[in-house]
Amino acid sequence: MLPRLPRDNLLELCRKMLLIRHFEEGLITLHNEGRFRGHYHVYIGQEATGVPALSLLEASDYVFTTHRNHGHVLARGAAPGRVLAEILGRRDGYNGGKGGTFHVAPVELGFLQTSAVVGGIIPLATGAAYAAKEKKSGQVSVCLFGDGALEEGAAVESFNLASLWKLPVLYLCENNGKYGHGRATSAIRSSSMAVFPLTDLPAAYKIPAQQVEGTDAGLVLTVIGEAIRRLRRGEGPQFIEAQTVRWPGSVSNWPVLPVRTQVAFAWDMKAVPEAVKEWYQFSDPVLLFIRELLDEGHASKEEILDMQTSVADEIDEAIKFAFDSPEPDPKSALENIFAAEKRGGCDA
Amino acid sequence: MPEMAYYEAKLAALQEVLRADERVRLIHETFLGLSPRRSLFGEIEKNFPGRVISPPISELGVCGLAIGAAMAGMRPVVDIVTASFSFEAWPQIVNEAANAFYMSGGRTRVPVVFHMIHGLRGGGAAQHSHSPQAMLWNCPGLEIVLPSSPRDVRGLLKSAVASDNPTVFVDHALLFEIRGPVPDGDDPIPLGQADIKRTGSDVTVVATSFMVQRACAVAEQFAAKGIQVEVVDPRTLVPLDFETIMASVEKTRRVVVVDECRHSCGVAAELAARIWEAGFDKLKAPVRRVATLDVPVPYSKKLEEFISPSESRIVEAIHGVMG
Repeated sequence: MLPRLPRDNLLELCRKMLLIRHFEEGLITLHNEGRFRGHYHVYIGQEATGVPALSLLEASDYVFTTHRNHGHVLARGAAPGRVLAEILGRRDGYNGGKGGTFHVAPVELGFLQTSAVVGGIIPLATGAAYAAKEKKSGQVSVCLFGDGALEEGAAVESFNLASLWKLPVLYLCENNGKYGHGRATSAIRSSSMAVFPLTDLPAAYKIPAQQVEGTDAGLVLTVIGEAIRRLRRGEGPQFIEAQTVRWPGSVSNWPVLPVRTQVAFAWDMKAVPEAVKEWYQFSDPVLLFIRELLDEGHASKEEILDMQTSVADEIDEAIKFAFDSPEPDPKSALENIFAAEKRGGCDA
Repeated sequence: MPEMAYYEAKLAALQEVLRADERVRLIHETFLGLSPRRSLFGEIEKNFPGRVISPPISELGVCGLAIGAAMAGMRPVVDIVTASFSFEAWPQIVNEAANAFYMSGGRTRVPVVFHMIHGLRGGGAAQHSHSPQAMLWNCPGLEIVLPSSPRDVRGLLKSAVASDNPTVFVDHALLFEIRGPVPDGDDPIPLGQADIKRTGSDVTVVATSFMVQRACAVAEQFAAKGIQVEVVDPRTLVPLDFETIMASVEKTRRVVVVDECRHSCGVAAELAARIWEAGFDKLKAPVRRVATLDVPVPYSKKLEEFISPSESRIVEAIHGVMG
């Protein structure tokens, strides 16, 4: 369902989703060309969760994310060139190249720590919520993680703390294994949890928990919007499981690009390889959103094609910016181990 | 100069840090461990309502919460109780807190203090007697503080809380009843400033935490025999005041390092290696280490004494370097 928003807002949501899609697809190509090294993860297939969810936050709110962070930081307005520079390990990256793909953290956008340890941020996000409550600042803390993180003890210890102390934290579990890809132990789970549905786990700690179709931007906005209102009313932690169907390119441990997304797939699937057609037809949140925009007359095909061209230009510029950015001075490896001046909190 | 018991100085410091900064929170209440003095902490809870928090038994979650709160502008001091329990929180301490400032490119500060009580407290057996400071020293990004006197615990605690970095405050239960001078209105003691606990010209003993007290007792025995032992207390491992250590080494040219971590890869091992590297040509004898033997800690008193860096082993090591 299309969110009930003004047309400009709908097009902005669409543009951000498309930007993330093209960014991640471009990244896979760069990795295939050997332009950066190391393991990495992409956000393809989850755009309709992160983009609308994070659009609901205030600028001062905190966001904690994981190794699958690129979509989240872009959704919150990070500059694609600086994100890519970070992934390439360049000086102009948000973290000077020290974090890389696992740890992209634009602190000025409220990302205090991006941890690649499964479950690692759950206590941290809970702590930022504790700080918000103690400071009476009205801020909320949003914690984005995958379903596998619920297997970690850090998750349940945090649920207990947040529930006991009524902390303003939203646990947004992005379950990208709706039909059991990945480490499936049954037909429907991607994580190996004895608890099913996953919402039973936070519910056991008296945290209101519900599921939402993560490919449906309208539902995401409604459900998460209500959860955030509850946080701001001081009703304590909230848990949402956003379900998406895993993108076929993320089924293996390394992203594989089966086809480069064209917005025209929204009305013409001929160019999509047969093996992945089902996903692009029924589970691709970006194409679903574009079809809804077209069906309800919010945009024409030409406008969507123009949007694609403009996004592609932005990605081209980002790639140029990132590759033009100098490599860090090797000696800077010895900097930033300790903060020297006396100042509290982050520099945002 | 007024005298104070160690536990009094520590309680005074806790009140001072709470008074000095509205952002400070104490999480958990066993800053005096199992000491009979522990009930005195209740005074602090009374004086600072809402600022001393009783958490569930969740070291991992609670340390992570404190780190996240520090990132978001608070100054939490988490009491982990026995240092062995820090292992329950290890992923958050060594993999989140220690790395945060670095991997954010110097942008996310983590002004948190992890308080813990380490070492052979007597009867702690294998699971309540750890000294994790050497392991922590292997995780760049953590400051490590080891007080050994009433004055130090007060001054160092203030600096630990004021620091913008994650700081591990490693205390020792056997220090709590020690008495010593603590100047009125004493200033914070900067991290990274070693202290000569006793001057001497014949041999240097570098010791940490409760081992400083033991080394001073041994020095007393040697003084009676006309051998002057200098006791150097680094007070903080990170940052380390290596200059003060080397100045003493260059003066005496004979060194024993005493620490309660294990013999292998311990604090004594690291300090000995650094002294070798920097001062081989100045040494008249090989550096000797006195540390806890490389076994799990046994419960039985006789067994525990046998593996500990005891006075007799320190005496023996000093004789060893005196030749």
